[in-house]
Amino acid sequence: MLSGLLLLPLLAIFILNLPFRGLMQKLSLVFGLFLSVWQITFVILLWMGRGGVDYWSKHFTLSLTCDSLTLVLLLSIGIVVLTTLLVSLQTFSSEKQRFGFVNLVLVAMMGMNGTVMLTDLFSLYVFIEITAVSSFILIAFQRDTNALEGALKYIILSASATIMMLLSISIMLLVVGDTSFAAAGKAINQSAGNPLVMPAIGLFVCGLLIKGGVVPFHGWLPAAYSAAPAAASVLLAGIATKTSGIYAIIRLATSVFANNESLNHILLIAGIISILVGAFAAMGQNDFKRMLAYSSISQVGYIVLALGCGTNLAIIGAVFHLFNHSIFKSLLFVNSAAVESQSGTTDMSKLGGLGAKMPVTNATSLIAFLSTAGVPPLAGFWSKLIIIIALWQNGLHTYAVIAIVASVLTLAYLLIMQRRVFFGIPNEEGQSVREAGFGIVLTESILALITIGVGVLFPWIFNSVVMPISSFLK
Amino acid sequence: MTINIILGVLLVLAAVWTVMTARVLRSVIGLAVTSVILTIIMFKLNSPLAAVFELSVCAGLISAIFISCISLTQRMTEEQAATRLKERFSMFWLLPVILVLAGVALYQLHLTPDLSLQQAAPTETDVRNILWNLRHLDILGQIIILIAGAFGVVALFKD
Repeated sequence: MLSGLLLLPLLAIFILNLPFRGLMQKLSLVFGLFLSVWQITFVILLWMGRGGVDYWSKHFTLSLTCDSLTLVLLLSIGIVVLTTLLVSLQTFSSEKQRFGFVNLVLVAMMGMNGTVMLTDLFSLYVFIEITAVSSFILIAFQRDTNALEGALKYIILSASATIMMLLSISIMLLVVGDTSFAAAGKAINQSAGNPLVMPAIGLFVCGLLIKGGVVPFHGWLPAAYSAAPAAASVLLAGIATKTSGIYAIIRLATSVFANNESLNHILLIAGIISILVGAFAAMGQNDFKRMLAYSSISQVGYIVLALGCGTNLAIIGAVFHLFNHSIFKSLLFVNSAAVESQSGTTDMSKLGGLGAKMPVTNATSLIAFLSTAGVPPLAGFWSKLIIIIALWQNGLHTYAVIAIVASVLTLAYLLIMQRRVFFGIPNEEGQSVREAGFGIVLTESILALITIGVGVLFPWIFNSVVMPISSFLK
Repeated sequence: MTINIILGVLLVLAAVWTVMTARVLRSVIGLAVTSVILTIIMFKLNSPLAAVFELSVCAGLISAIFISCISLTQRMTEEQAATRLKERFSMFWLLPVILVLAGVALYQLHLTPDLSLQQAAPTETDVRNILWNLRHLDILGQIIILIAGAFGVVALFKD
């Protein structure tokens, strides 16, 4: 059945691009929505131990794997793709444009699904590239100067990452003779003194840090997120960057480069710098989406920091924060899409007082920013708490304190955003603004409910959902 | 040994042609030829897995995406092509010389550092088996990248 997560979107693309273009353009969104809802349902059933495997596994034996980490990512991918498609319903006026967009989202979905189910370094690279190729087309989708500039920055840095990863894979082939995670992990453990192994690990991780937009490799991220169409920003910020960069680091740090102290130090430093640089840079932004992009860099820093800590609890915290961040960051980008579609701008100096005009967007934005800042009892609070406890228990007190202080910075810049966009009295342009359409309001409500639900129900889901995440750490 | 030298020389020539030629389509074909020669060298070095990666990604996939993109551009006039060629020669005239000298130096110095590699012997040499049984996911991935490339060309360059 896992192969269905790759083959069904592929089949959908083939069907959508058959003749009868007019009909297919109308159906494209339905196909996309069905596939994302099916993926969410399938993952939930699989988590509950009720997933069907028989038919598909008999006929399509692709070498895929599925553990707790994969399930969390597949669920996040399903939710964010659903969100992206619902937002596209509102933000693309032309059916033809939306058709092209849905096709690209399905390609990105296949890339991300493949990335999280693979157990081979080269295949991982191939599927990360699928996500990258579809991402830079999505960034450049509007074809204006900003979009092309954002896409170009992404292509250049992504190409550098690709070169690093391929070079690393070549070295692995040279040393190990195989590129599977298991063989690479075993060989790395046995070749501790080999002068080629550490550079190979370093190159691969650097490549993934570029893909993940972690400081100091974050140059492409703010331009790409802010230049992309609103719906594409949700996909990129919500899950695409996390899958191709951060998930891959989690997977390799735990399965291939296990217990590598040098790598852990690098991740700790990259994580803490990302948290601080992202938070300070977000404070100085005037554009809604650019500010959210820097906020993403900061929040991803928490995940990388937890990985650097390396204990089981820290890695559980990292995976949990990855899921939470994909939800509340998607929500914030949907809020920005709502504001952009109704007011025509994301420049915060031209906005103000939209809260009264857009009550659902205002309320959900408040929930998302409180969760991002780690305010109890919302989802973001619990994942940050787990990370900070893990850091403290591991003797990394300075890092824990900086992480807490950075949460206050997060609260500050998001409060500034909320005040400048939603609070106060609407200006002249704001008088005519109305609440966003049904697709966006529905998406905002679903994501806000997940953020509240995961937070409020945390005492119940801690043992049944959060702690079992560690089962992938063997 | 003779065939290895011929392959090495052909590799350098194809690479130089890729960089020097004025027409983008010829440059892409040059890149594909370079990859094919490199693939043959890898097979001869008993690395079928690396050879298959090189052949499928560089010679096949990348070329297909380049060519689909180039198909949407306008052809240069003869004058423009001649000017471009002159510019290339003025910029890169030293490149072939450096490549040949580097090749001779590497060959003469016998640079074979002892890296204590625990190199595993390749267990599979049949390309069909490597492509369809061992690396089928990569093939699927490359098909998807081709589709992405095609959508990219339509979304960004059409109209």
